[in-house]
Amino acid sequence: MTDMSEIASLEARLAVAGDVPGASGGRLEARDVSAWFGKRLVLANVDLTMEPGHVTALIGPSGCGKSTFLRTLNRMHELVHGAAIGGEIFLDGVDIYGPAASPATTRRRIGMVFQKPNPFPTMSIADNVLSGLKLSRIKRTDAGDIVERSLTRAGLWREVKDRLKTPGGDLSGGQQQRLCIARALAIEPEVLLMDEPCSALDPGSTRRVEETIEEISHQVTVVIVTHNMQQALRVSDRCAFFLADENEPGRIVEAGSTTQLFTNPRDSRTEDYVNGRFG
Amino acid sequence: MTAIASPERRATRHLDVAGLAQAGACALMAVVVTALLFAISPLDGTLGFGLVAYALFLTAYAGVLTLTIGPLKRNDCLATVIIASVALLTFVPLVLILGFVVLKGVPGLTNAFFTQTMETVGPLDPPDVGGARHAIVGTLQQVGIAVLISVPFGVLTAVFLSEFAGRRVARVIRFLVDAMSGIPSIVAGLFIYTLFVLRLGHGFSGLNAGLALSVLMLPTVTRTAEEVLALVPGSLREAALALGAPDWRMVVRVVLPTARTGLITAVVLGVARVAGETAPLLMTALGSDGMNTNPFEGQQSSLPLFVFKLIRNPLEGQVTRAWAGALVLIAIVLVLFTVARLAAARLRRETR
Amino acid sequence: MSGGGARAFDVVELRDRGSAQPEPRVIHQSHTTPDRAFRALTAAAGWATLVVLALIALFLVNEARPAVEVAGWDFLKVWEWQPGNEPPAFGIAAVLYGTVVIATIAIVLAVPVAVATALFVSEYLPRRISRTLTTLIDLLAAIPSLIYGMWGLFFLVPKLAGLERWLDAHLGFVPIFDNETGLFGRSMFDAGVVLALMIIPIIATVSREVMSQTPRVLCEAALALGGTRLGMIRKVILPFSRPGIIGGSMLGLGRALGETIAVALVLSVDFRIFPEITQTGGSTVAALIANNFGEAGELERHALIAAGLALFVITLVVNMVARLIVSKAAKGSEFDR
Repeated sequence: MTDMSEIASLEARLAVAGDVPGASGGRLEARDVSAWFGKRLVLANVDLTMEPGHVTALIGPSGCGKSTFLRTLNRMHELVHGAAIGGEIFLDGVDIYGPAASPATTRRRIGMVFQKPNPFPTMSIADNVLSGLKLSRIKRTDAGDIVERSLTRAGLWREVKDRLKTPGGDLSGGQQQRLCIARALAIEPEVLLMDEPCSALDPGSTRRVEETIEEISHQVTVVIVTHNMQQALRVSDRCAFFLADENEPGRIVEAGSTTQLFTNPRDSRTEDYVNGRFG
Repeated sequence: MTAIASPERRATRHLDVAGLAQAGACALMAVVVTALLFAISPLDGTLGFGLVAYALFLTAYAGVLTLTIGPLKRNDCLATVIIASVALLTFVPLVLILGFVVLKGVPGLTNAFFTQTMETVGPLDPPDVGGARHAIVGTLQQVGIAVLISVPFGVLTAVFLSEFAGRRVARVIRFLVDAMSGIPSIVAGLFIYTLFVLRLGHGFSGLNAGLALSVLMLPTVTRTAEEVLALVPGSLREAALALGAPDWRMVVRVVLPTARTGLITAVVLGVARVAGETAPLLMTALGSDGMNTNPFEGQQSSLPLFVFKLIRNPLEGQVTRAWAGALVLIAIVLVLFTVARLAAARLRRETR
Repeated sequence: MSGGGARAFDVVELRDRGSAQPEPRVIHQSHTTPDRAFRALTAAAGWATLVVLALIALFLVNEARPAVEVAGWDFLKVWEWQPGNEPPAFGIAAVLYGTVVIATIAIVLAVPVAVATALFVSEYLPRRISRTLTTLIDLLAAIPSLIYGMWGLFFLVPKLAGLERWLDAHLGFVPIFDNETGLFGRSMFDAGVVLALMIIPIIATVSREVMSQTPRVLCEAALALGGTRLGMIRKVILPFSRPGIIGGSMLGLGRALGETIAVALVLSVDFRIFPEITQTGGSTVAALIANNFGEAGELERHALIAAGLALFVITLVVNMVARLIVSKAAKGSEFDR
């Protein structure tokens, strides 16, 4: 059941934000995107624009292609043997699947945080944060500052600042996930994709992560897949509702501002979903 | 408020004291009867005693069981006894071999053994003159060369199989690696002999021996390394790629370091495999009595060659030296084996 | 609601695709140079295996040719070994015979013991003891063949002489046990026993792995019907593991065929072919090569290489068949290998 107070606070936030002037971050536009695993079409005809300064949530029941769509946005989908995509995805006007863009450069500009935290176990916390820079060969001289800044943005600095040399795998689940967020932010991506980042976390860590999302939404375009409708209400101001009928590929049923989707959905299926009647 | 008692465990397996007593009684009776039999008849020998006693024991036990628990469960019990006793046969040689080598080898472990070579030693000299220093150096060098060649090859092949190769190509190469692991060690020696000694005119050297050993070591290293790389979670690879790393950096900076312990295990297992190999050395390094610290030129001894050459010598002093060499060899293999096991156990704990 | 005019995002019209089918597109994998170089490097290492195997075959064939040209098909039939004679007469019939006989003895003795060991370790023991014993089996496999040979020669051969005498005295009507020379010890039987001890760990390990992959549901079904452990073993585990046991035995066979040093030490090398396995003497291909190589003249060296080539082919075939059988056994189970 959607909470009216949550909607009210969302409205208040939007009223202040307006058109989000000065927001940096990339503009992602998906045009007629489809995705296959081998011969099976799992996603069809997706059109979606994810704008800077906004947090876009992808919602819908499980198995409808939300995560698959997310992974097409940073060219992780093609890593699976036999996977294919159709359509185009534009980052600031340039097709990321075109000849001008390579997967590695795309992924530097479009970062990702995964469902299960995956810090590198053989590296220390500080090295984990810097690993993105090392792996992409980005040379920076202010390593110490980067570590502090990224961990602060991820809301982890105060907890680990005294043990930056300890292994990344020694942290709790919530801390590990925030470490992964810090790691992703350290390379200063224009877009950050988050695939159900809180589903394995306790409520306290979830709250911290959501605070982080709000703080970074001005500098980084955030696209988040979530099962949790309350979370979608809390963090996002844009929403896209995915649905797949039986034996059919996933499609976007409805997309719009979060408030509109939750209070005044145009499609009856959207209304059923946000009111908890299925999914 | 009455406290809730915590549940008590019940044992499901009870020690069958009566059954054990039955078996024990039968065994005792069999031994006694056999002893009597051997005393009054011309039969003799420990082996014969053991076999006869065992046969008697089984017959008696079978009879007792039929009378007490019936034919169906009797078969099960008999089978248990037979399987257990046959299985234990496997482990008896382990004790016998280790014990025998220690017994025969310790007298030869003099100070000279580790500090001197056989160059100036006459055939009748006692074991505290002359030693295996040249052989130990030779083994270290030859095995070292084998490691230097087969580890890069093996790890790179393992990386190819686990990261880059398509399914069909991977199957072909795995098949070839398995084929290579079946090469008899003497054939590996023959190959290096024909290629390097004959065709390229190198002559006998420690290098050739190292090459032959690397042919034998490579499949072990490759297979173990591949298994270890497969244990690295896919999520780490994804994380590295999502940060914008090219494939090769993902492998070198993330996958290989994560698999570090397992890769060391692969190397140690490979070394344990070839440290005791003798046959390929017979035609590549040939062996010598004196120290040769240059592996690239000239015949070189090694521990297995040292042992093999001396063990067939009719003189007792030489044979003692050979046993000492065997003891050192087996000690090296045991140490390597234990190191590999401990590393593997730590790996299992880390990836849990 | 939100202030300002309606933005393009708020009013999203789902474009009507009609029946347009989505088309997959070809993605260009733009790898950087270091990436391509690394991939090429690992591929080169992978294919180097093929190159090495091919080189082995090539060189062995090449160096064997002079001897085979001299001997022709007799190489497989003659059982003398006198390449130094005029005319040279040599063939590997005797050593092939010895190789096969000794390997057969080894297999006959090793397989039952190895299977019993595998059963014992996997079905009859609690987990911790089972793991210790598995380590001990691996330890047995790690002991160098040189040590097995030395121990066999000095410890086992004298002990087996008594058994051989007994076989001759009481089972002498069976031709293989009959020994007319009165010379016992260092016989093919002894070599077979030592080899058996060497290959038991190999067969036991493979068998144990295959047995542990028996689907638990089948085992439990047998027990739930009130069967005994023996019944479960006979009706479920053994039939399921049979291909794997056969494959493991063939791997052991391959090892036995190629074993050099242990045999060279234990056997008193001799060139005749005779069926009496307890008689002193005999030889195998590998032992022949090992013993003669040091002082061989030129023709003999070529002949020995030819023998080595024959051994290579035989063991390769046996190993390949073994691996095929084992892999098919693994595929037969529902679990991934």
